[in-house]
Amino acid sequence: MAVMTYREALNMALREEMRRDPNVFVIGEEVGLYEGAYKVTQGLLKEFGPQRIVDTPIAESGFTGVGIGAAMVGLRPVVEMMTFNFALLALDQIVNSAAKINYMSGGQFNVPIVIRGPGGPAAQLAAQHSQSMETYFYHVPGLKVVRPTTPADAKGLLKSSIRDDNPVIFIEAETLYNVKGEVPEDPDFLIPLGQAIVRREGTDVTVIAYMGMMYRAMEAAEELEKEGISVELVDPRTLRPMDTETIIKSVRKTHRVVVVEAGAGFAGMGSEIAASVTEQAFDDLDAPVERVTGANAPMPYARNLEKLKTPSKDRIVAAIRRVCNANGS
Amino acid sequence: MAKTLTRSEASSSGFGVDAEAAKRLLSEMLLIRRFEEKAAEAYALGKIGGFLHLYIGEEAVAVGATSVLRPDDYAISAYREHGHCLAKGSDPKRMMAELFGRRDGLSKGKGGSMHLFDRTTNFLGGHAIVGAHLPIAVGVGFAIKYRGGDQVIVCYFGDGAVPEGEFHESMNLAALWKLPVIFLCENNRYAMGTSVERALAQTEIWKFGQTYGIPAERVDGMDVLAVRDVVSRAVARTRQQKVPALIEADTYRYRGHSMRDPAGAVYRTKEEVEREKLRDPIVLFRDKILTAGLLSEADIRAAEKDVSDRIDEAVAYADASPEPPGEWLFTDIYKEA
Repeated sequence: MAVMTYREALNMALREEMRRDPNVFVIGEEVGLYEGAYKVTQGLLKEFGPQRIVDTPIAESGFTGVGIGAAMVGLRPVVEMMTFNFALLALDQIVNSAAKINYMSGGQFNVPIVIRGPGGPAAQLAAQHSQSMETYFYHVPGLKVVRPTTPADAKGLLKSSIRDDNPVIFIEAETLYNVKGEVPEDPDFLIPLGQAIVRREGTDVTVIAYMGMMYRAMEAAEELEKEGISVELVDPRTLRPMDTETIIKSVRKTHRVVVVEAGAGFAGMGSEIAASVTEQAFDDLDAPVERVTGANAPMPYARNLEKLKTPSKDRIVAAIRRVCNANGS
Repeated sequence: MAKTLTRSEASSSGFGVDAEAAKRLLSEMLLIRRFEEKAAEAYALGKIGGFLHLYIGEEAVAVGATSVLRPDDYAISAYREHGHCLAKGSDPKRMMAELFGRRDGLSKGKGGSMHLFDRTTNFLGGHAIVGAHLPIAVGVGFAIKYRGGDQVIVCYFGDGAVPEGEFHESMNLAALWKLPVIFLCENNRYAMGTSVERALAQTEIWKFGQTYGIPAERVDGMDVLAVRDVVSRAVARTRQQKVPALIEADTYRYRGHSMRDPAGAVYRTKEEVEREKLRDPIVLFRDKILTAGLLSEADIRAAEKDVSDRIDEAVAYADASPEPPGEWLFTDIYKEA
C-alpha cells in the first residue's frame, strides 16, 4: 500500500496497463505534450512516446470514432475527454457506434474502449462545465458506466475497465483528483466492474452515494452517529451494470433508504435505485425511499447559487432523520 | 499532390484486364444487381422490413474498387452497403438471410439491411448514421499504422456525408497522421432528396482533398475499369507512403433513396433517370467486352445464369433459415465470454 492522490492512482493504472499490453494506447486533447489538462497522463508521453500517447486536435467525435475503429480491429484505446461535458460532441459515436457494434454485428466485432475524464459538479465552472453526465450513458445497453470514489477504486476500476472487452464510460471528478488514500501497488490489483462496496457498516438506514456525494454522506453519517443513528453507506462504484444485490442486502438489514446524487434528480440514478428497491424489497421498507438530489436547474456560476444547486451535508442529514423518524422509531 | 481529373482514363488506354478478369468484374456487378432486384421483390412480399436502400446503378464502384484490394484489406460503408459487402466476398446466402432477419444471417438477424458485418472478409459494416463511420475508418487506419501493417481501408460514403462535420474531422485526422485510409465518395448526386447543389457550397467533392492536402481524384463511377484504375493507383500510393486518398466516383442510383421512395421522382425528373440509364455500368461494360472480343454472348449468358442461380439459392437459404430464438434478444449486448 502507498498513500497517493486519486490523480496519481489513475496515472499508475494507465502506466501499468500500458506496460502490460502493447495494444493499450491513450488518445485525446492535451494528453501528451501538455501532460493532461488535469495531469492524469503526466509523464506518459516520456515513457511511451507519441505513438501510444496521442495528442489530438479538438475533434471529440473524430477522435472517439478513431478509438472505436481501432478497438474494432483489436487495439485497446483509452480515450480521454478533457471533461465529460465535451463527450456530448461524441455522443453519437458512443451511443450509436461503440455501444451497438457488437450487437449489430451479431457478436463479430466487440469494442474494447475506455472513455474517461472528469465529470460532475466542479468549482464555479458554471452551466456547461459542471454537470453530472452519467445519466446520458447509463441508459444505453452495451455501455458500462463507472464512477470511482476513492484513489484505490480509481486504480482498480480503471485497470478492469481497460481489460474489459466492452465500451466503458469512466467518469472521474475534478474535485477528487487531489483526494489522498491508500492504494495497492500490486500491478494485478483489480476491482471487478459491477461490484458495489459497503463503505461504512450501519444498522438504521442505508445511504447510497458515490463520488463527492459519498464523502458528504460520510460526514453526515459521522454527525448522526453522535445522535445514535447508525448509517450504512453503500457505494455502487459501477452504475451499469448496477450491483443491486448488495444494495438490496443492505436494505433488508436497515429497512430505510436514502439515495444521494449530485445530478438533477429527474429520471436520475436515485429514481432508478428507488424503483429497484421498491420492486425488490418493498416489504422490507419501514419508510418511503428518500432522494437527495441536485436541484432541477442548470449549474449557476455565483458561489451562493452553486451551493444551493448541489446536495449539502445538511440536506443529507435532514433526509436521513426523516426516514428514521418516519415509522416513529 | 496528385489531383488529376480522371474520366475513363483506363478505357481510353486499352482494356487493361484479360478475359478472366473481365468476366469476374462483370459477374460481380451482375451478382450485386441480381441480389438487389431479388431483395426488392422480397421487400414487396414483406419478407424484408424496415429500410432497404438499393445499390442498383452504382455497382461499378464497389466492384472496381474491391478488385484491387487484398483479402486482408478492410472495407467499411454506410447503409447502402449490400454491394460493398458482396464485392468484399461475403456469402450472398448469409447476407440475404440477414435481410430476412433470420438466424443464419451475417449478424444473426440482429443487424438487418443497414448493418451487414463480416469478420471473415474484413468488412466492418454497415453504419446508418450519416458520416459516423468515417472516423471509425480513420481509427482502423490508425490501428494498421500502429501495428506497422501495410493494409489499407476503403471507406465508402455518399455525397450526403460530405456536409457532416465528421467528414471534415476525418479528412483532417487522416491527413494529419498520414493514415492508410482511402475515402471513396460515391456521389450519386442526391442525399435522399437533396441534390448536391442544394447541400454543398463546393459541389466538386474531390476538391476537399486539396484543402486537407490529400491526393484526390474524380472518376467516372459508371466505368468499372476507370474505377479500378484510379483506386489501384490510390491503393499503391497509400500502401507505400501511408497517406490517405480521396476519390470521388461520379455515379447514379436508379432506384429511390429506399424502398419507401420507390420512384425517386419528386426531386429528379424521369428524363434525368432515363438519361442516366444510358450509362448503366453493366450495359456499358458488357458492350465493351463484346466489342473487344474478350467474351462471347454465350459466355455472358452463362455468367448471368450462374449469378441468377446463386441469388435464387440465397433466397431459398434465407427462406429456410429459422427466426432467431427469443433468447438472442439479450445475447451480444456485451461480448460473450
